[in-house]
Amino acid sequence: MIDKRVRNQAEAVSGIKDGSVVLCAGFGGAGLPDALCEALIEQGARDLTVVANNAGTGRTGLAALMAAGRVRKIVCSFPRSSGSVVFEELYTAGKIELELLPQGTLSERMRCAAAGLGGFYSPVSVGTRLADGKEHREIDGRMYVLEKPLKGDVALLAADRGDRWGNLTYRKSQRNFNPTMAMAADLAIVQVRQIVELGELDPEMIVTPGIFVDRVVQVAF
Amino acid sequence: MPLKRRQIAWRAAQDLADGAYVNLGIGLPTLVSDFIPEGREIVLHSENGILGVGPAPGANEVDPDLINAGKQPITLVTGGSYVHHTDSFLMIRGGHLDLALLGAFEVAENGDLANWTTDDPGFPPGVGGAMDLAVGAKEIRVLVEHTTKSGAPRVRRRCEYPLTAAAAVRRIYTDLAVIDVTREGLVVREIAEDIDFAGLQAKTEATLRPAPDLRPLRAPPV
Repeated sequence: MIDKRVRNQAEAVSGIKDGSVVLCAGFGGAGLPDALCEALIEQGARDLTVVANNAGTGRTGLAALMAAGRVRKIVCSFPRSSGSVVFEELYTAGKIELELLPQGTLSERMRCAAAGLGGFYSPVSVGTRLADGKEHREIDGRMYVLEKPLKGDVALLAADRGDRWGNLTYRKSQRNFNPTMAMAADLAIVQVRQIVELGELDPEMIVTPGIFVDRVVQVAF
Repeated sequence: MPLKRRQIAWRAAQDLADGAYVNLGIGLPTLVSDFIPEGREIVLHSENGILGVGPAPGANEVDPDLINAGKQPITLVTGGSYVHHTDSFLMIRGGHLDLALLGAFEVAENGDLANWTTDDPGFPPGVGGAMDLAVGAKEIRVLVEHTTKSGAPRVRRRCEYPLTAAAAVRRIYTDLAVIDVTREGLVVREIAEDIDFAGLQAKTEATLRPAPDLRPLRAPPV
């Protein structure tokens, strides 16, 4: 029998090791795995590299994990947004390393890891400083840079509904990075608003099939 | 009179073709959605996975799961759909969007665009989807005030700020002019009333040329 449901957030994030690469989904305030980020503070893993579009807002979720000093490096496209106070404090104090990537490159690098590919050539960032040091190649008259796959040890995700197989549906723009990150990590952990019986999710509506998901926890958010 | 910000957005909206898939950048370009001409169906794309962005919701209709690239609450139009991030950027990078209207710090005479960082040491840099859009959409047009608050030109021979993309921009809408980027350089299509061509050139670092059918730039009070 397959049962990926876990009882609580603490169980959901158990076993995450120091030094892990953690893919953390969400865009703005939508689709953020805040409860899992906060459970990770209690869990205690340190020296983390976090991959996320934004570097946290306010003092909850990812921002709380960063404020607790657990994040050594953040890989993201847009760290500074309204309310990214914790990141700004750490960055200004030289206490966090930043790797900046164009948003589509961030996402596609993870998809590449998920798909078992060794990288891809992208036209994005050619002629800019974000292409510095990257291999350039002209293909059919257009210049590209080589982007390598980006794999997570862990993905922290948020979805609307899930079942015991780990099948997931999303609500509106909550979807964002969640499906890609689910596919790109060895251990995919998801907080859902509601766990439903197997068979309740319309197969045509399942966006992330359970093969990509390892643990599901129901959280009010 | 120079156009006000909302009038620049109105002017850019007049050029949207019926049926176009369009991404509106954060800031000035976002205002364009208020002025889509009657009778044209335009599908607005938002980088966080929305095709068919609708108007802002009423106070009681805000849904935290439905936001745009600027993280503001929005609605979805009838016929709209959601995709995940990788597919959203596939749409952007793969040339599936007809047009992106973007903001800018500077535009150069060859269409180089600088709109992602001013290298201000007080601000950590952020690029978001700026480079993907500037490279990937079929056409890039920029909405920008013609000069900075201190009067420095934003339409330049070369960008001083770090580039977002090289030779990307095809048309520039400012408060003073509509300018096309062509192989022969910058061609002014429309010029605001109360400024003559020499006056416009004085506020522009790059060399301008008038179009043979140079017209006045006008917008209603919006």
